[in-house]
Formats: sequence, structure tokens, C-alpha cells
Amino acid sequence: MKKILAVMLAAIMIFSLAACGGNETGKENDNKGMSESPIAEVALNVDYEVPSDFKIGFICLHDENSTYDLNFLNAVDKIKEALKLTDEQVIVRVNIPEGNECYVAAKDLVSEGCKVVFANSFGHEDFMIQAAKEFPEVQFCHATGTKAHTSGLDNYHNAFASIYEGRFLAGVAAGLKLNEMIEAGKFTAEEAKMGYVGAFTYAEVISGYTSFYLGAKSVCPTVTMDVQFTGSWYDATEEKNAAEALIARDCKLISQHADSMGAPGACEAAGIPNVSYNGSTYDSCYETFIISSAINWAPYYNYIIGQVVKGEKIDADWCGGIAEGSVVLTGINQGVAAEGTYEKIQALVEEIKAGKLNVFDTASFTVGGKKLDSYQADVDTDAAFQPDTEVIADGVFNESEFRSAPYFDLRIDGITLLNEKF
Amino acid sequence: MNKMSFHLVKREPMVWYKNVFVRAIAIIASLIVSAVAITILTGKNPLEVYASMVSGAFGSSLRIWSLVQNVAILLCISLAVTPAFKMKFWNCGAEGQVLIGGLATTAVMMFLGDSLPYPALIVVMLIASMLAGIIWSVIPAFCKALWNTNETLFTLMMNYVAIQSVAFFLKYFVKSGSGVLAPMSEYGLPVLFGQSYLLNIIIVAVLTVLVYIYLKKTKHGYEISVVGESENTAKYIGINVRKVVIRTLVVSGALCGIAGLLLVGGTNHTISTTTVDGRGFTAIMVSWLGKFNPVYMVLTSFLIVFLQRGAGQVSTDFRLPSAISDIVTGIILFFIIGCEFFLQYKIVSTKSGKEND
Repeated sequence: MKKILAVMLAAIMIFSLAACGGNETGKENDNKGMSESPIAEVALNVDYEVPSDFKIGFICLHDENSTYDLNFLNAVDKIKEALKLTDEQVIVRVNIPEGNECYVAAKDLVSEGCKVVFANSFGHEDFMIQAAKEFPEVQFCHATGTKAHTSGLDNYHNAFASIYEGRFLAGVAAGLKLNEMIEAGKFTAEEAKMGYVGAFTYAEVISGYTSFYLGAKSVCPTVTMDVQFTGSWYDATEEKNAAEALIARDCKLISQHADSMGAPGACEAAGIPNVSYNGSTYDSCYETFIISSAINWAPYYNYIIGQVVKGEKIDADWCGGIAEGSVVLTGINQGVAAEGTYEKIQALVEEIKAGKLNVFDTASFTVGGKKLDSYQADVDTDAAFQPDTEVIADGVFNESEFRSAPYFDLRIDGITLLNEKF
Repeated sequence: MNKMSFHLVKREPMVWYKNVFVRAIAIIASLIVSAVAITILTGKNPLEVYASMVSGAFGSSLRIWSLVQNVAILLCISLAVTPAFKMKFWNCGAEGQVLIGGLATTAVMMFLGDSLPYPALIVVMLIASMLAGIIWSVIPAFCKALWNTNETLFTLMMNYVAIQSVAFFLKYFVKSGSGVLAPMSEYGLPVLFGQSYLLNIIIVAVLTVLVYIYLKKTKHGYEISVVGESENTAKYIGINVRKVVIRTLVVSGALCGIAGLLLVGGTNHTISTTTVDGRGFTAIMVSWLGKFNPVYMVLTSFLIVFLQRGAGQVSTDFRLPSAISDIVTGIILFFIIGCEFFLQYKIVSTKSGKEND
């Protein structure tokens, strides 16, 4: 009797495993849910030959488990393939904290023979500068930093992308989704409120959520937004809690600028649509994922490797846009996104490329009920953190014009900050 | 009912070469087990993995310096906790004591760096860091001596206070996005012969000798071991236990403060909440594995730093998650600690019912 039971149990288990497997592959093969990206892929322009003794080193704050770092690592793989670099030529150091470890790692990469060292986290900056001062013959490139244009170092450089354009387009997808839900009678236009999980109350994040909000508002004029900060770039629990708190506050759609799966996961569990960042979360959140914007770092890697190989100077600040292939969107999850999202975004991409659409057009937002004509932003990082540069000209807030990293830090109307974390 | 059961018996001391032999076998066995684990988990060639571990620790002169400097810091913290542990005062607060010493150093560098002449600045940094470490260790010692509070909990709590103090300091004085304090290299400890880590290493080498002498050759050291063996004996032979506890924790805290000074003033030139990076706890293991003997502790701290740095290299060379290298480190430590245990005890099988009554 026992034996029969055991055999039956085993059979059931195998059967259920097979069934699961079936579902799994069914989901993966069944890709009609995701569309193509509304932004056509830009091929890397390689007009140089990399010598076999060339080496480049990468320093990452976390590893593949962080969507932010994964995005950098994917670009490393892309450039490695495009330039046919060997494993010896590309050295990657992951889990390097924002401290002396970064300086040691940079020195170590130099001693391994790297001509270029790249670091990916904001807090790495001071330690990259420290290493740059020590090794003037090596180029140090740093993503998201703010100090290159005032550091006076020839071999230290900052880079970013006009990701606010990508955020804006992702915001349009969010706005269209809200419109669809309003039309379906799920809530009224006045109740259309989005939630946003941010890391720090800091220009990069403020610029990100504001452009996302403006994108949504451009198609859904009544939308408002609540922002909850976690005070960390990567904290799965905090991000999940923040997203759940926002959902409890009646937010109809969530987006985030923090690097774990916390917020998208909470949305999937609650059935709330989510606009992601850094890359697709479709695989684990296919019932709520709409679209994600991301920075593709491969064009920048291509640029710095090219300049070094050709013996030319690297710009102190480099900001790639849609045309360079630096700002990208994932495909659209057609099971969740509103109808017509793809076409709408595609049309807007052309407008941005043609320079007809400015994300931070001062006509599209107000601060304290007033339209802005002039604003002094803190572009040059110094100890006092004082505003120093006029950034509004011809009715546009010129983001990433005076340095690559964002400096839009205005608190515009329609967005409520639930807390502040510096 | 003749059930088999086991019990442990303390071994007679073995001759030295047998001891060495057993330890060698343990290390070889641990390498074999780790190799199997690596192959099963990752499919990589274990020999290549070990080669990359060695290169991570000794691959270039920079790495060797870095290795020795990390050994020095870990050893310094281990030296600091040793007198307390030898006295059976469970000081789990080295993490906080080092950090607060580092914070004091940072504050001096930040606020007095401009105004004091360099030699005076170094002296102030030394005094401030030692004082901070002493305050952090003496508060729990004082409460233990007077009211017999639980020092394990108390010192652990003090760690959190130290960490939050650093977080507060950074939040208040550093207003950039990630709260990172830029390194203040110009106010660091002097660089000897162009080697930035050399001074740290020399200081710790001297401290190792001093602590050895303090523990083995002085009256203080003797009092510490008596209090550690039995408080009642200590009282009986006229040792003032309260005084010894507080005095020993002053020594412990001062050494932690120096570790903080070396960490901040000597290498990092900045501070973050993770500057000590768990070494306050690792030091406890170093101290125990080294049987509270500063000379053995040089070996054990070297072993642990070698494993950490080697493992870090493995995860970058093979782009493996850092968990894999932690697993390998864990396996190796497990064998070494296990072997130390079996060098002291042996298992004897008994038949229950005979010996139990």
C-alpha cells in the first residue's frame, strides 16, 4: 500500500513539475506580450582598431543583482563583443563600496595595465579623483559625477545621459495607462494619482521623477504624484515598503528610481501597473510591467575607448541622448499598456530628435503657482552647495547642458514629497 | 538496550610535529572539499580558482602591500580585544570603539587640519582617537564593575551608537547626494619612504610586541589571566577585580582608538559607517583562533585576510557572485576551527547504562 502511494506521489510530483516547466516555457516563448522598443536601436560606430595590449577596468558598486549595476555590466558585455575584446582586456570589479576600497580598486586596475578606469556610482567620485591625481597617464571616467568640469584634472571625466527624455517617454506610457483606467471607469480623472519610489532627495532623482511626471501630465492633465524616498540606492525591503505605502495611499500606478526589485515586486503582488527603470522587469512582473527607460552605457564606453586608442582627449563632461543610443526604452508590455502607446511614443521620439519637444519647457510646469523665467542651479559642486549658474533660457530649463549630471532640483506643483532623504 | 553514545575527553598535549601534521591535514581536506563545492556550484576548474585566490593576495606589489596593511589593521583590532577576552570580559564592541576612534580622527582632520601645524595635528589626532576609544570601552566596563551589567549586550549597543554617530556626522557635514566625505589626504599620517602603508605596519608590529610583553611578562598581564580563570581566586589573592576590569578596558579601548586612527588617518583619510567593515567582530575570531597569543594572532589574521582578499579576487576574475567566495572561506574556516577543537578533545564512544550510573 505504502509503495503504491509512494509511486503515485512521485508520479504526481513529476507531472506537476512537467506542468510547471510547460508553463514556464510557454511564458518565455509567448513573447507577443512585449513589443519592440519604440526607439530604434543605434548601432555602435567603431572607427578604430583596438591594440591587443589595451585594457579597460570597470568598478561597480554592486553586482548583477542590482538592476543599476546589471545595466552597466550588460553594456560591458556589449562593447566587449562589438570591439572583440578578450577577457584579459576587460577587467570588472564588482561590489566596490563608495569608500577607500574604490581608490584601492582603481589603483589595482592601473597596476594590471588598464589605460581607462570607469566607475559607476556617484559616491565613487572623490576616490576616482584621488586615483586620477596619482596616475595622470591613465584616464578615469565616472558615471553620474559632478566634479570633472571644476576639478582641473585632464584625466578625470564625468558622463551621463539625457535620461530625463527617456523618463518623459515612459511617463507618457504611464499617463496613457491612467487615461485608459479613467475611461474604463475605475476612478475619476481627479483621482489619477501616481506614486514614485525615489532613492535620495537629490537632483538626479528629482530630475528623474519630474520628467516622468511631466510625461504623464502631457497626456493626462489632471494627474498628481506622491514621492516616497528610501535614503538608499539599493534596499529591497525599504523599496517594497515604500511602494506598498504608496499603493495604500491610493496611487494608481507606481514608478521608481531605486535599484532593487522591491517596488516592481510589490506592484506585481498588488496588481498595480509599474513603469520601471534600468531595464525590463517583464520576466518577473509580466502582469504589471508597462515599460522601462534605461541608459545604455555602451556608446560612452565606445567613445572613451576610441579616444584613448586614437590618442585624443576625452571631454570633461559627456551626455548622450536618444540619437547617440544612450537613452533607450524597453519594449512595451502590450498586455498592460494602453492601446496606442507604442505609436504615441514613437511620434514623440521623432519630435525630441528634431528638437521640437523640450522635456523641461517652462510652459509645462509651475513652481508655487508661477511659471519660471529664471533659475540659478547648483552646477559647480563646492562645499557651500550654492546655486551658481543660470539654467533657463528661451523658455526651457536646460538640463545636462552645463555639466553631464542632472541639476534640475525644482519642486514643481502637482508633486507631493511624502518625506525627504538626503 | 545497548545504545552507542559518545562523549568528549580532553586530550593530553601532543608533540608539536603531530599538531602541525593534524593542521596540515585539515587545511588540505578543506581545500579538497572547497574544490568539490566549487566544481559542483560553478563548473569552474578549482585549480584555476585557487590560482586566482593567490594572485588576489600576492599578484602585484600593490596587492601585497594592501594585504599586509589589512593584516595590520585586523591584527591591531585583535590585539585590542585580546586583553578583555583573556579576562573573560566579552567585549563585542571593538567595531564601535574603532569607528568612534576613526570619527574622532576625522573630526580633528576636518576642523583642525587648517589651523594646527602638522606635527601638533598628528599628536591631537592620536590623543583624540585613543580618548574616544577609551570612552566607548570604559562606559560598559564601568557599569559592569559597579552594577554587574551584561557587557556583551552593552558593548554591542555601543556599536550602534557609534555607527549612528558617524551617520549623523556625515549627514550634518556632508551635503552631497550619497553622503560621501571626500578623502582629506593632505592631513593623513606621514608617508614613510613613499609607501603609504608602511607606517601603519610598523606601528602594529610594535604594538604586537608590546601587547605580548604586557600579557606575558607584566603584573597587569598576570592579573588579567587570574581574573579570567576565576574571579573568586582573584579576590582571594587580593586582586581588585573592579580595578583590573576597568584598567584592562582602558587598554582595550585605547588600542581600538589607535586602530581607528590608522584606518582613517593612515589609509582611508575619510570615514563612512562601514569603514571598520565587521573587523571588530572578525578580530574576536582572530583572537580566539590565536589562543590570545599575539604571535599566533599574526598568523590567524594573515590567514583570514588572505582568504578574504583571495575570495574577492575569485569573484571578480570569474564574475561569480561574492557568495561563492564566502562559501569557500566558510568551508576553510570550518575545517580549521574544527581541527583546533579536535586537537584539544577526543571523542570516546561509551555504552550508555554502564558509565551513566
